[in-house]
Amino acid sequence: MDVYEKQLEEEIPEFEESSHEQQGGFDISSTVSAVKIHGWQQVLGILGVAVIILGGWELLVHIFKVPEFVFPAPSAIAVAFVKSFTNVFPHFLITLSELVSGYVIGASIGLVLAAVLTQAPYIEKIITPYILILITTPTIALVPLLMLKLGFTIVPRIIAVALASGPMVMINATTGFRRTDLAKIALAKSYGASTFQIFKKIRFPLALPMIIVGLLVGGIFGLITAVGADMVGGKMGLGNKLGYYSSLARMANFFAVLVLVSAIGISIWIIFSRIGKKWASWQE
Amino acid sequence: MDNVIDVKKVTKVYASERGPVHAVDKFSMEVAEGDFVAIVGPSGCGKTTLLWGLTGLHPFTAGRAFILGKEVDKPRREVGIIFQQANLLPWRTLIQNIKFPLEIMKEDLKGYEQRLQELIDSVELSGFEGHYPRELSGGMQQRASIVRALSYDPEVLLMDEPFGALDAYTRDEMDTLLLNLWKKTKKTIAFVTHRIEEAVYLANRVYVMTPRPGTNSAVFKIDLPRPRPEGITIDRKFFEIVAEIKKTIVRDVEKQKESGAYQSQAYSTVT
Repeated sequence: MDVYEKQLEEEIPEFEESSHEQQGGFDISSTVSAVKIHGWQQVLGILGVAVIILGGWELLVHIFKVPEFVFPAPSAIAVAFVKSFTNVFPHFLITLSELVSGYVIGASIGLVLAAVLTQAPYIEKIITPYILILITTPTIALVPLLMLKLGFTIVPRIIAVALASGPMVMINATTGFRRTDLAKIALAKSYGASTFQIFKKIRFPLALPMIIVGLLVGGIFGLITAVGADMVGGKMGLGNKLGYYSSLARMANFFAVLVLVSAIGISIWIIFSRIGKKWASWQE
Repeated sequence: MDNVIDVKKVTKVYASERGPVHAVDKFSMEVAEGDFVAIVGPSGCGKTTLLWGLTGLHPFTAGRAFILGKEVDKPRREVGIIFQQANLLPWRTLIQNIKFPLEIMKEDLKGYEQRLQELIDSVELSGFEGHYPRELSGGMQQRASIVRALSYDPEVLLMDEPFGALDAYTRDEMDTLLLNLWKKTKKTIAFVTHRIEEAVYLANRVYVMTPRPGTNSAVFKIDLPRPRPEGITIDRKFFEIVAEIKKTIVRDVEKQKESGAYQSQAYSTVT
């Protein structure tokens, strides 16, 4: 039997409306509402700002005759992007697969650990400091060691991504799973719900908003680590290309790669904002 | 064993941070089929504990309780519970909330569609099926929770101050609505409240509990016409019954204070 189900036998739940308030982490609703587009005016506004920034940048580079190896104009970056695309694209795929594989492994383990450990508060208390060490130590620092042991392959990078994203997912999901609402569990139990049904129909939906936050933050941390790991060693990945082009002072190419990196980051953010809007908007 | 609810000297002692709390002491109660019984008493007298004990979620320390002849040891399908708050699941729409018990019980929803719609109509919630709880008023939420409790057609309803969180006007409306539903569905109802007027208006009989530890003080048979005529709540007879119950409660509290056993729980709510 679930710890909270046991608690129910000793304690009549208090019916607090505030029990669904966020407890730590950051509020997904702010990211969700930020991506909401209120009609064509906002789209036009955002595009307008982009035109001003890019146009101003282009203009300033030409007026002050800034050399390309110092700071390339947007037009030069665009040309470099197109020209180097076939060369860079395989590296994009490598970084993406590092990210996706590491993330899927890390996030799954993180989610399962969060779901299981919140059932065992004692073990959770003992394990939390170690999770905190994993979170606060940049896992990128482990990459040289991992590469020493496993070679300049994709494997150490996947491990690094998993180590970076997993704890992030776990700590947020733990916060989510701790948001137990005894009154709602009592409700389900009063209809004879099993422990699994309580988990599926009460505790999981209650935790979902925080899980989505964890998945978002974990994705971003995974991306940072994947690109960083590429930079440490080996001859592949977007991070490697960034290091390569900057060492040759080919800044237009450097920025073209940067565009791809941030495209991945923005995609992660958009995906989870959408998911959050669909599955977590009830708590707004 | 003809009583639908048969409570025999139940006692509940539970652990708290300040040591064990003796909430209910050898309380007994009998409710016949189709009866409507209210349980009143000063705040903190253990009436909520008693009701939660009857749900099977919160086992008694001693004594036995039977519902429909079966010992209360776990939540049962024959019993519907209505909580202090509507307790709707915020991530589900009204209709999804109403279907929640059936989902847990793995019932085939098809056979229930018409019944649910009739219930929704009878509490005037039709048109709001797709709304989320946050889009509904407190009264609407509590009406939805009543439909939810009735969805699987339990024979017994246990209600724990269900309208306590609502404003006075909505509360009166809900009381009338509850009586209509009771007349229609013929359920056996045990209703906990701290409002004597509500208890007298609704119930056939009113059980009075002493201050903590709550035990039997008195039972009042409410001799008022059914259906309750309009204006009954400002009728002289109604007031006399209410006054007598209040007197009983105040007397119980005074008695306990004299003996020094009174565990300061405000009784201002009943005076």
